[in-house]
Amino acid sequence: MHLPILPILIPLITGALLLLPPFHTTIARQRLLALISAFAQIIVAFGLLSVADQQGTQMYVLGDWQPPFGIVLVADRISTLMVLLTCILFTGALLYACAGQDKGGQYFHPLFMFQVMGINGAFLTGDVFNLFVFFEVLLIASYALLVHGGGKQKTQSAVHYVILNLIGSSLFLFGLGILYGTLGSLNIADMAVRVRELEGAEAILAKTGGLLLLLVFGLKAALLPLHFWLPKTYSSASAPVAALFAIMTKVGVYSILRVHTLIFGPESGELADIALPWLWPLSLLTLAIGTIGVLASPGLKLLTANMVVVSAGTLLIAMALQSEVATSAALYYILHSTLIAGAMFLLADLIARQRGKAEDRFVKARAVAQPRLLGIAFFLCALSIVGMPPLSGFVGKVMLLQAAEEAFDKFWIWPLILISGLVSLVALSRAGTTIFWRTTAPSGSDERVHLFELMGVGLLLLGSPILVIFGGEVTAITSEAAAQLFNFSQSVDALLPQQNMGGQ
Amino acid sequence: MEGIYAFCVGLLTACGIFLALRGRTFPVVIGLTLLSYAVNLFLFASGRLKVNAAAVLGQSEQYSDPLPQALVLTAIVIGFAMTAFVVILAMRSRADLGNDHVDGRLPNVQAQARLRNRKLRK
Repeated sequence: MHLPILPILIPLITGALLLLPPFHTTIARQRLLALISAFAQIIVAFGLLSVADQQGTQMYVLGDWQPPFGIVLVADRISTLMVLLTCILFTGALLYACAGQDKGGQYFHPLFMFQVMGINGAFLTGDVFNLFVFFEVLLIASYALLVHGGGKQKTQSAVHYVILNLIGSSLFLFGLGILYGTLGSLNIADMAVRVRELEGAEAILAKTGGLLLLLVFGLKAALLPLHFWLPKTYSSASAPVAALFAIMTKVGVYSILRVHTLIFGPESGELADIALPWLWPLSLLTLAIGTIGVLASPGLKLLTANMVVVSAGTLLIAMALQSEVATSAALYYILHSTLIAGAMFLLADLIARQRGKAEDRFVKARAVAQPRLLGIAFFLCALSIVGMPPLSGFVGKVMLLQAAEEAFDKFWIWPLILISGLVSLVALSRAGTTIFWRTTAPSGSDERVHLFELMGVGLLLLGSPILVIFGGEVTAITSEAAAQLFNFSQSVDALLPQQNMGGQ
Repeated sequence: MEGIYAFCVGLLTACGIFLALRGRTFPVVIGLTLLSYAVNLFLFASGRLKVNAAAVLGQSEQYSDPLPQALVLTAIVIGFAMTAFVVILAMRSRADLGNDHVDGRLPNVQAQARLRNRKLRK
């Protein structure tokens, strides 16, 4: 009954509890409570996904103000899938942080909780203004987490990140104002219905609003001219924070999916598919630039951050295809790329700590203290992130390539995705050989991998084989989710009970 | 009224964007503040401008749309918190990095001038 709101309430309440007496001074108690809450969130997210899958879309109407007037949460297959992904990634990052990285400054655990609350809320909301509010919740937590632990590098990149996102928030509000002025509603389903009736000057205004929103989501998703903040920000953040940030670009992609395939989708009359002329070239260029960045990275953290840009480009290409098959492939790829990028950020930190002064840079240096353990983990991670056969990256890429059906699409998408895969393979092989084999002396550091760190990395890495072994079940859910999104009567009319009554 | 209102919002936005593009953190923060003022006014106008119309149903013949007012309230609160954060961050970066440039280092104007002079001499 109240299941859809739990993924927002649990982190909110836990975050508040963590600031209160029995917990606020003792780090051990904080860790225990945070971990319990994280596992509870995973269970709730699983429950929500199975409910949404079997009983159809769950709508949670806050305060019983019926849509389109009240605030609603919509738990359909896509949003619950993303919530589950967030909770798993969060648990992995939290386990890693519990090994000692959470002691870099105060309030790490509460901030981490609030960040998850914002991300879950952004996925679950059925209302564009609440999307803005949850964006701000996740952003302000991320600002604080980014500078957590201190250091020149972090402050420097945080200034860029915060200013850019504040301008982004202003543009978001401008876009919302325009859309509310023309459509008279902020409920996503209601907007999708009303946008069809617009014409003339109103349509042009609404188009401006829609494209402003695309700009804002593009900033979050690292679409080409707006991606410059990403590599530096992600590579300077501490490892668990960077791992959790891996889902933030996906929040942008998800918002594009919601707003630009539903409100400004194929059936929106004059304003049908307004985002496509922009998404097409920009997503391809994002992929290309990200790949060049991967090749040019001097260190493993920066390389991983550039891989995040590559995966964002790949996902946006799938959005630009605007078809059921492509969206299903994109959902699978989101699951894969988020978990693996998170694992890679954690691994990069483990490697950097064991190499002494050289940190994660690709230079000849001392060996790592545990070459076998880290080497095998790095190898698996690299295989998966590049998209080599046995692991999930391969499956995701094959699904994406299959989604490009027409000759024109194939002509552009196939070579770019394949070449980008090859280039990433080259860059990661170079990274691996330099870090593990080109060594000057045996390791002098007595850093060892903590059990919690191993569990965190293991949990995220395990996602890759699981996505392959249970590939059938996962693709069944993603394809049904995509079908639901493109079926107007299921994704819109079902959410507007009053409209239906009036129609009859 | 609409004309003046639109002009004010436009002016605020223009000033905000101009200041946000400056190189030092202080003008950038002021620019962000102006931009958020412009946004608040803009959101307020999205429910259409009306005089003598309370946002209450049934109290008078005319009533104005209450939703944008609620939105503006939310936006003000969020904007205020964000501005507070960015001010603190700017001070922190001034302390950490030793200057108030947004890039964390001053653009090397003198070195560039020297380079230009050397080229001119050749």
